Amino acid sequence: MTILEADNLIKHFPVKGGLFSGGGVVRAVDGVSFRIETGRTLGVVGESGCGKTTTAKVVLGLEAPTGGSLRFEGVDLHALDAEGRRRYRRSVQAVFQDPFASLNPRMRVGTIIIEPLVVHEQLARGEARERARRLLDVVGLPERSIDLFPHEFSGGQRQRIAIARALALEPRLIVLDEPVSALDVSIRAQILNLLRDLQARLGLAYLFITHDLAAVAYMSHTVAVMYLGKMVEVGPARAVATAPQHPYTKALFAAALPSHPDERRDEVTLAGEVPSPIAPPPGCRFHTRCPAVMDRCSREEPPLVHVTDRLVACHLYRATPGPGPGEPQQAVPRSLTFPSLTTGGNP
Amino acid sequence: MTLLLEVDHLTTRYVSARGTRVVEAVSDVSFRLEAGETLGVVGESGSGKTTLALSLMRLLPTAAHIEAGAIRFQGEDLLAKSETEMRRLRGKRIAMILQDPMASLNPLFTVGDQVAETLRAHEGIPRKTAWTRARQLFTAVKIPAPEARVREYPHQLSGGMRQRIVGAIAISCEPKLLIADEPTTSLDVTIQAQYLNLLRELQREHGLALIFITHNLGIVARMCDKVAVMYAGRLVEIGPVRRIFDAPAHPYTQALLESIPRLADSRARLTAIDGQPPDLAALPDGCAFHPRCTKVEDRCRREAPADVAVAEHHRARCWLAAR
Repeated sequence: MTILEADNLIKHFPVKGGLFSGGGVVRAVDGVSFRIETGRTLGVVGESGCGKTTTAKVVLGLEAPTGGSLRFEGVDLHALDAEGRRRYRRSVQAVFQDPFASLNPRMRVGTIIIEPLVVHEQLARGEARERARRLLDVVGLPERSIDLFPHEFSGGQRQRIAIARALALEPRLIVLDEPVSALDVSIRAQILNLLRDLQARLGLAYLFITHDLAAVAYMSHTVAVMYLGKMVEVGPARAVATAPQHPYTKALFAAALPSHPDERRDEVTLAGEVPSPIAPPPGCRFHTRCPAVMDRCSREEPPLVHVTDRLVACHLYRATPGPGPGEPQQAVPRSLTFPSLTTGGNP
Repeated sequence: MTLLLEVDHLTTRYVSARGTRVVEAVSDVSFRLEAGETLGVVGESGSGKTTLALSLMRLLPTAAHIEAGAIRFQGEDLLAKSETEMRRLRGKRIAMILQDPMASLNPLFTVGDQVAETLRAHEGIPRKTAWTRARQLFTAVKIPAPEARVREYPHQLSGGMRQRIVGAIAISCEPKLLIADEPTTSLDVTIQAQYLNLLRELQREHGLALIFITHNLGIVARMCDKVAVMYAGRLVEIGPVRRIFDAPAHPYTQALLESIPRLADSRARLTAIDGQPPDLAALPDGCAFHPRCTKVEDRCRREAPADVAVAEHHRARCWLAAR
């Protein structure tokens, strides 16, 4: 069942004009579509500035989209009344990268965990405490943690507290923004295992944002690769990780570090750096760095089309009808051809 | 092969202002590094890997002291050198690259100035020659349009470019040893790959020996000849990189390798290491890893294991390896 569906989602940030220059817009997210299903994980990977965190913020309602739509359980978020919006905020929770910054140092763990319950459910104190105790147990922390302060915990334990807080309102979707990047190597596996257990147990959907390619391949059912505000490839996680199609995805996964000294990948070294999202290159945004660039790429923007088991936005590939057999399609964006209201959209 | 660096039973302690708290951040660490070789030092935060790097450079904060041991670099005893002698050596014969290039560069000077400054300080060459050399170094670290870039300030460059400038400064005086402390942690994946390739090339061209301080076993797999694994201030295992990945002797190294997700991973669960790294000020008795070790025995709780040879060039501190 689809929990959340994004259709041609756009988020532009205005750039304040300097003394001598006019303002422009940063096209942080520029027309992305995806679907998140119950009990499944959509992983979003890409390098800094690709728009993955902005996508997460729009989903969390921390940024209002400039264009496009978000549908929660089939209902457009714009059409929701106050009650509906409250329900949305309860159903979509977040765990952020830095558990040192996301927990109030002056609050006891119990209070941190029950705060969302107090806000949303007006629970009695005793009842809320009981819930907090159960949640601590779910995330594998001892019961006595309830009266301690965040500084008394290690990074991994703090991330468990953040997860307990996210679970308090029994959400359907949790946005995980680099949930293990700040943790020690030996602790990461604990948290990744916990997240997978919780998903199996509670049927949670995850939007998993990270730059860690191995972690995203391991955790996700579907992976979406973003470059300069666009999705360039979306498909089954294992297939994308082991047989990437888009030249950018190829370069990205080729740059992933090996897990053994004898593991050698075909090296695809990209020239230069990511262009500015204020003035992205015309045509395919990747064409300035693409090793397989053709004439057409600088003129025509390739649409995201079905190529066997996945979606790819590249002129190298010809569309095949529908998803291939075998792999269930997780993210099926609609055609991206309709022009958006606020920007030029696709040529 | 010529021996470049020899570290013998090195121990570095941090002592609190009143002397009440003593933390042994580097404890009885020994290893050797040949010329042109790459050693990866892996460990979690607080394992002592950065303190080890700072001890080698003798750049420790005032609260830290080298308590025991010896560091011999090209046959010279670094611990016997005066501060003036060390200053002449740092940046010239041993260079260092740190994690955050923005913090290692001065925002008020052009990057060309900063590369030239190192040359002028160590080689005493005139300003003009230094600038010409700086431009050549920009080309060596593959900075596009070096003529224009030398006149730019750090904030005008991207993270990857800044780290290249830091690299240019590091190799400017043709050092024999380069210590890189998490040099690519702040870089994106594809930029990281470019930078690692660059380091490799520089290493080959200049016969540099490299010490990579990192928490990332992927970097070790890609770059290093030898690996040293640190845990709670101790070097718990050291050996050739393939040997460590194929037949790790210490349970911590084994668990660490098992806990990392791989690209084509079909495991339902990762092998997690329970518990958390210990507080260096309150280490458990015996082996520091014993509370988290799955193969713990009575002896491990009482006695710290000795450093034993597992195979040629392969050593571990574990009672199991001792058998």
